[in-house]
Amino acid sequence: MQVNVLEYFEKGALIKCRDKVAVVDQEGQYTFGEMGRFAKNVAALVSKKISTVNSPVAVFLPKSAQTIIADMGILYSGNAYANLDVKSPPQRLSSILQNLNSPVIVTSAQHKAALEAIGVPKEKLLLVEQALVEGKLYDDAVLSGRLDLVIDSDPLCIIHTSGSTGVPKGVALSHRGTIDFMDWVFERLSLDGSEIIGSLSPFYFDIYTLELYLTLAKGATLVIIPDQCAAFPATLVEFLAAHDISFIFWVPTIMVNIANQDLLGRRKLDSLKKVLFAGEVFSTKHLNYWRRQVPGAMFVNLYGPIEITVDCTYFIVDREFKDEEKLPIGFPCRNTDVLILNDQNQPAKADEPGELCVRGTSLALGYWNNPERTAKAFVQNPLNPHYPELIYRTGDLVYRNSRGEIMFIGRKDFQIKHLGYRIELGEIEHAVLQVDGISNCCVAYHQNKKEIVLFYEGGQDLSPAFLRERLLAFLPKYMLPTVFSRMELLPRNPNGKIDRQKLASGLT
Amino acid sequence: MKTIAEILKEIRPEFDFAASHDFIADGMLDSFDVVTLVAALDKQYGISINGTDIVPENFKNLQTIEALLCKSGVRL
Repeated sequence: MQVNVLEYFEKGALIKCRDKVAVVDQEGQYTFGEMGRFAKNVAALVSKKISTVNSPVAVFLPKSAQTIIADMGILYSGNAYANLDVKSPPQRLSSILQNLNSPVIVTSAQHKAALEAIGVPKEKLLLVEQALVEGKLYDDAVLSGRLDLVIDSDPLCIIHTSGSTGVPKGVALSHRGTIDFMDWVFERLSLDGSEIIGSLSPFYFDIYTLELYLTLAKGATLVIIPDQCAAFPATLVEFLAAHDISFIFWVPTIMVNIANQDLLGRRKLDSLKKVLFAGEVFSTKHLNYWRRQVPGAMFVNLYGPIEITVDCTYFIVDREFKDEEKLPIGFPCRNTDVLILNDQNQPAKADEPGELCVRGTSLALGYWNNPERTAKAFVQNPLNPHYPELIYRTGDLVYRNSRGEIMFIGRKDFQIKHLGYRIELGEIEHAVLQVDGISNCCVAYHQNKKEIVLFYEGGQDLSPAFLRERLLAFLPKYMLPTVFSRMELLPRNPNGKIDRQKLASGLT
Repeated sequence: MKTIAEILKEIRPEFDFAASHDFIADGMLDSFDVVTLVAALDKQYGISINGTDIVPENFKNLQTIEALLCKSGVRL
């Protein structure tokens, strides 16, 4: 067998603990044995539609055990999965599918209408229900033959993120990057099959990569937390306690909400042992609350843009921090190197700010079907004149403190982190300009209030409610502006460009 | 002063909230909407809804939201 993540399937829990519960969702639960059989059924059905390997296969299903079965099946067929948001506005979905050019889309009887409505031909659709049958639709030898064609540098999955041109970018992660990250994280955080994972993030987010392969490699149980829990922190805490969740990986916003309402003072999370967070800066004050309330747990701050397989730096909270102190993003994960480059493209000195750049196997393969953008983002390592070696320039400013820990400062450009999502303000502006009656606009981010602020020129009849409704056709909800500010004329700088600095300064 | 129905209409203009008995079960409010709604109610009525009261049962329909506001000290 070639080196690819299918080793996790063939040597991991699917073989070693077939009767153990692998995934629990609102509909019920599946054992590892059932997951494996259904996944191979999916693989057989996908293989009938795609004769080659390493094609992208979109998955248009709500977060559920079925999505995991579909993803595993796509991998068994030798292809790469791309999980999509079933709540995506039609135009966004359409542009993602156009870029993916997926020969097959795995969906369900309930969700196929949304795809047909945007013109996806019926013959491209594969209904997951066809695979969830008692019988065995596959031939092991045939699947094995396909897997022999997939090597470690091939694509594992494609994750979509906001793009500044208005078109979301598909980031392709490799088998090798995933294997390296997972093997490291198992060892460094002492993860094993006893974990009960609480899964709150969407499956089209990169946190899913860690959750999925921890389940499949080690035999942990993945419990899918119902969507509505995210809206109701008290309900969420109750769910975590009732299901004995021991491991969770999420964005800090949720932890802040729980801390602000002192919910852990009323309901103890005795089973919770490992709490990983990433995606945005977590205030130390709220972390301290969590450490007091869940004293037996390990807290880990992870950092990594979507162009890296899950994350590239980590910090295990190993000492006391004052509320006003910043939490480090720590140290590089194994097989990942972090370069901090100053304006002269030279390594920054201790305490000198520089751009965080990443090299190593954790780098994504690039942006799917977008060689130009890939060439701009993944560039030659300026410190290595000897042979081709790519680094990813994150656009994040950092420095090393006196302990050698990496400290995050902020973004270099107009990209923001909001509610755990990375968002290009340019994509929001692009959408706003498509609304009739808008003549110009500028989007800024209020860091302290965590608000996306839209400044726009247009008629007085363009109410926030109207704009919000129109923008929902182009943008997912988390990208909608929070504050709408109509102006007769946006401020300009001497060369006629919108004066972003002036608008942004009004927010502070 | 905006009514609860008007606030809901601003958040999700596409839905008829008066026709639903369970906004959550009917998929009319998701996590982003609830956060937005709580912030809007706090601002509109000058209150701070207790975190332990932010549970699905209190956001099922117009009546349960009204009852939550009364519990939070609002005279409707």
